[in-house]
Amino acid sequence: MSGETTESTGRVARMLRHPHIWRVGAVIALLCINVIKDPSYLSISYSSSSGAFVGNLIDIAKASAPILMVAIGMCLVIATGGIDLSVGSFMAVSGAVAMEFLQDRSAGSVGATIGALLLALAVCLALGALNGVLIAYVGLQPFITTLVMMLAGRGLAKVITSGQNTSAVNDGYRWIANGRVLGLPVVFLIAVAVALLVGAVIRRTALGLMIEALGINPEASRLAGVKRRALLITVYSVSALLAGIGGIFLTGTVMTVDVSQTGYQLELDAILAVVIGGTSLAGGKFSLMGAAIGALLIATLDKTVVFLGVPSSATPAFKAVVIIVLYLVQSPRVRMWLSRRRSPAGVAA
Amino acid sequence: MEVPSVNSPSAIVEMRKISIEFPGVKALDEVDFRLLPGEVHALMGQNGAGKSTLIKALTGVYDIDSGEIVIDGSPRRLNGTADAQRAGVAVVYQEINLCTNLSIGENVMLGHEVRGRLGINWRATHRAARTALAKLGLEHLDPRRPLSSLSLAMQQLVAISRATVTKSTVLILDEPTSSLDASEVEQLFAVIRRLRDEGVAILFVSHFLEQVFAISDRITVLRDGRTEGEYLIGDLDRTSLISKMIGKELAALRSLDEVARASRADHTDDPVLAATGLGRRGAIAPTDVQVYRGEIVGIAGLLGSGRTELARLLSGADRSDSGSVQLKGRTVVLGSPLAGLTHRIAYSTENRRDEGIIGDLTVRENVILAVQARRGWMHPIPRHEQTAMAEKYIAELGIRPTNPETPIKNLSGGNQQKVLLGRWLATEPELLILDEPTRGIDIGAKAEIQAVVIELSDAGVSVVFISSEIDEVVRLSDRVAILKDRRKIDEIEVGPDTTTATVVAIIAREGAA
Repeated sequence: MSGETTESTGRVARMLRHPHIWRVGAVIALLCINVIKDPSYLSISYSSSSGAFVGNLIDIAKASAPILMVAIGMCLVIATGGIDLSVGSFMAVSGAVAMEFLQDRSAGSVGATIGALLLALAVCLALGALNGVLIAYVGLQPFITTLVMMLAGRGLAKVITSGQNTSAVNDGYRWIANGRVLGLPVVFLIAVAVALLVGAVIRRTALGLMIEALGINPEASRLAGVKRRALLITVYSVSALLAGIGGIFLTGTVMTVDVSQTGYQLELDAILAVVIGGTSLAGGKFSLMGAAIGALLIATLDKTVVFLGVPSSATPAFKAVVIIVLYLVQSPRVRMWLSRRRSPAGVAA
Repeated sequence: MEVPSVNSPSAIVEMRKISIEFPGVKALDEVDFRLLPGEVHALMGQNGAGKSTLIKALTGVYDIDSGEIVIDGSPRRLNGTADAQRAGVAVVYQEINLCTNLSIGENVMLGHEVRGRLGINWRATHRAARTALAKLGLEHLDPRRPLSSLSLAMQQLVAISRATVTKSTVLILDEPTSSLDASEVEQLFAVIRRLRDEGVAILFVSHFLEQVFAISDRITVLRDGRTEGEYLIGDLDRTSLISKMIGKELAALRSLDEVARASRADHTDDPVLAATGLGRRGAIAPTDVQVYRGEIVGIAGLLGSGRTELARLLSGADRSDSGSVQLKGRTVVLGSPLAGLTHRIAYSTENRRDEGIIGDLTVRENVILAVQARRGWMHPIPRHEQTAMAEKYIAELGIRPTNPETPIKNLSGGNQQKVLLGRWLATEPELLILDEPTRGIDIGAKAEIQAVVIELSDAGVSVVFISSEIDEVVRLSDRVAILKDRRKIDEIEVGPDTTTATVVAIIAREGAA
């Protein structure tokens, strides 16, 4: 074997060891399954009438936007050693506030759009800060606190809309979810921009280091001067704020908030995305990139299930199987076991 | 007593050419080790020499990368602690791994409960536990009492009797005496000798040289992950053992003792820190303490005397509920560790693992953390400055390995302690509070840390030095505050005649009065 090839196989081996490869690989594998069913699955066409690209990939991108938002927030919360079960409900709250605000206002008013967005996000931010205060100052467990807030949030959404599914008409609000810029869905562009912004703030400042330190060893971090309470309030607020954005995405598509269905169980998708992304539920080291890929994977999986025509009753089971397999492949123990089984063959060759 | 011959073929454990590598660290490099039945074998080496790693390889905690472990004649692949237990290897760690919420008997018999037709027969189980305890001379313990009612020393003995229940032929004692007093150590040694005479092979790890010489039959010395040699106890004196452990002559260590410690304290100015009536209910009675610029103030006292509690109040780690603190004449409130850091007070905890290191983070990140926390998250330290800061302390404190990107959890205890010292030095403290900075680390690292303390004081930094080794406190300090039963009972200036005995006499006298 020449030196050159060993070097290149070394590089390939190193790349294969990078965990993101497996995550991206899983997305591609799902897409391949779809292509096998329909070879034109990946094709994207430009519709000149609407000035937009259309295709399955575009649909997946759109669908991944709300999941991406909650997954990024969830990733930060989990890194501190906590969990946020309330994000799905906060999406409904955000949508309810916006729809209720827009209901009696004119469809063309940009002021109404901005008002609705600010109000919805402010309410979510306040709810997230409440989560943080209860956890950091009162000392409640994150699981219990956010579980209660999950129930309370849905309740609040129902109170806001008087229990009705509420619709509104507003062009600006609708554009966020359904509009196009350069032929690409606005909702996806906003989601990516927000994710990049959060990522930049976390990694360019010392926030990321402090969140990790707090998640790994809270007492040691405190003694080193890390402000535990302020950090916790920050991450739960950010998580709720991002959930609010996700709620706007969800309701903007149909311009309706369904108080019992909007964002329903999306906190579970977010947790899965984070875990698939390689962040341990025990807290500590986290990967926002991993969580983003995880969100994309879940969106792809959702679309694949529909495309393959898996009966809706079997959908959750199908999803579970895919996620378990992916999680197993990532587990260091399983990988060690696989490589150990492979290695004798390698020696023989 | 007959010492087993070095060529004895009947080794119960043989580890051949064991290598284990962690990211960035070659922890063990072709280490050979053997253990004979009916001997007490001491494993010696500095921190980072590979003692803990070797033990973890033998107990199945770590997978070995290469080499061979033969137990009782058959080669073993140990995947996890259960495998090791099945092979007859039992271990009692420094931090006792028992369940304090269960009874003594349940702990002794855990996993080996006597079973009847209706599940576990608790009466028979406790009877069996009593027998096991009696074998070690512990018949006075009631197996039905909760384990938590026992002292740490007794818990350790319970852990050993548990090892006899599992019919272990190899018993590993990792730092078993670090929290025991002299009479408890004697009791432990009596049990060890009894087990040895029954043919159990005992591997003994301790930093206390005298104990090693008192109990061991043979010694294996590790250095830098390699086997330095195996010796009969009679063939080594203390000096040659130490120089084999650190790999150099003792001149460097001795010179430290010869430094005449003239007091560098500068009493002309306001004290750097003056605490008046500082106390916290249930932790420490109201106490007065002054620390002047460049002064080393020792805090001496037994375990549980309130040493740590006082240090935590002085640094802001805990809030006081009485008294006040003045820094250079200005009254301040130390409401949090961050407040302490902002006032240039750094506190290094005695509990390195739970309150010191951030295990998954790198050496670099651990060093910069406190400085970064004080600057605030908005003002990140540029990466090259972080690296420079870490490399500075890696070089100054002799941290191994030298790569700042190694996760700190892969470092040995002594090196972790040095990284933490680097973390606090990086904050450029005016007052450095060191709580047991030399506990559980080897003699070389200990001397280095002591030298750093003296250098700091020369540079005008005030130091509060806490250690359970009273001679260390006396040797380093200008003044010693003596604590007992959670209050300060005396304070002495350290003169040429002050010795450990002086301090011990004060503690003892107070008790008699």
